[in-house]
Amino acid sequence: MLKKISWTVNGTPVNLEVDVRETLLEVLRNRLGYTGVKKGCGVGECGACTVLIDGTPIDSCIYLAVWADGKDIVTVEGIAKNGELSKVQKAFIEEGAVQCGFCTPGYIMTATAIVNSGKKYTREEIKKELAGHLCRCTGYQNIIKAVEKAIKE
Amino acid sequence: MYNFEEYFEAATVAEALDLLAAHPGLTVIAGGTDVLIKMHHGQLERARLLSIRGIQSLQGIQQMDDGTIVIGPLATFSQVINDQVIQGKIPVLTEAAASMGGPQIRNVATIGGNICNGATSADSAPALFALNARLRLQSRQGERVVPIQEFYLGPGRVDLKPGELLTAITIAPADYQGYGGRYIKFSMRKAMDIATLGVAVLCKIKEGSVLADVRIGLGVAGPTPRRCPAAEDYARGKTATPETIKAIGRLAVKSTQARTSWRASKEYREHLVAELTRRALRAAISRAGGEGIA
Repeated sequence: MLKKISWTVNGTPVNLEVDVRETLLEVLRNRLGYTGVKKGCGVGECGACTVLIDGTPIDSCIYLAVWADGKDIVTVEGIAKNGELSKVQKAFIEEGAVQCGFCTPGYIMTATAIVNSGKKYTREEIKKELAGHLCRCTGYQNIIKAVEKAIKE
Repeated sequence: MYNFEEYFEAATVAEALDLLAAHPGLTVIAGGTDVLIKMHHGQLERARLLSIRGIQSLQGIQQMDDGTIVIGPLATFSQVINDQVIQGKIPVLTEAAASMGGPQIRNVATIGGNICNGATSADSAPALFALNARLRLQSRQGERVVPIQEFYLGPGRVDLKPGELLTAITIAPADYQGYGGRYIKFSMRKAMDIATLGVAVLCKIKEGSVLADVRIGLGVAGPTPRRCPAAEDYARGKTATPETIKAIGRLAVKSTQARTSWRASKEYREHLVAELTRRALRAAISRAGGEGIA
């Protein structure tokens, strides 16, 4: 059950034949090598596989790759520009919002969408926006601080 | 890789209806946040999918000239939350949609899917029950309109006949104009959790403090979402006092068939029905313009 799709991944146009049963996560990781997209729970609960589709965060584990036809996909590999980390990535480093790092790429993607929205957020609102992610190491506080910092900058 | 046997895509309603007629037993998939997860858990063996996500005419939310609000079944929860018409006219549905899942799920999960999968815990259901939402169902034989209260047949079972597709969710102006509403979801976590109980109350006030109309929608208070006719009948025409509001909450329990699950006992759920109906009604009264009562 193969189908051709044309899409942009991290700014690069890609033409690819995918199996309609493949998830976006699998195609990004296994076929295109974007291993920053992590597979955690596989059912949209942990958020580790979050990527941006046309700027919107989604769980790539419960999204079929064929649905990405014609869309613009950004993974964590795509947000540093010319070797310089994005302000979200820098804020995560500066606030120590990382421990094992497995959840980080997903968090970075949602945080990027939050920062790109240009809206003002209270701490409660930031928590709500990050609610689709699980982190078992940092205890969330540093992640929230990093997002606050990235919004300010 | 998911384990499904066939995959069809439809670009128009007519195409979808033709495919449904030609291939009986297809599972309709829209956002996928329910169907794919079921598949992941092995609950949908050898499924054959029909994706309707590309059908433009099933997208969008609009208010017609006569005031009727028409919600496309493919509207995502995020679209429902951010929609100006819904925020302005039926904010109880905004509250309900905002309580569902987490942001990534709300960005893809559709309101049509939430209804059609037949879950009693569907976060949109109590609000749509209280709003007297009507469902437009289309097949190659024609169209019929079913009140949402009659759509749920049992756990996971809805009145979608073979070959039928949900094409619109409509709410009539008489069912929302002048009403105040409130949805309260009770769950163990503030996000990413299934409701232990969901209560949506809509109410209209006359003469400052008289309950002209009260409509109560409940989720997880029985095998299907439901309304509370005994409590609603009692409420009509009563002056809103703390005592009547409490009595309405207690009467709402009469319409439930709560059961014990690992999430909560039957007794606890009944307690929640009484208490949360009371709280939601108080808020709805205040939003309906009830003056300093309750």
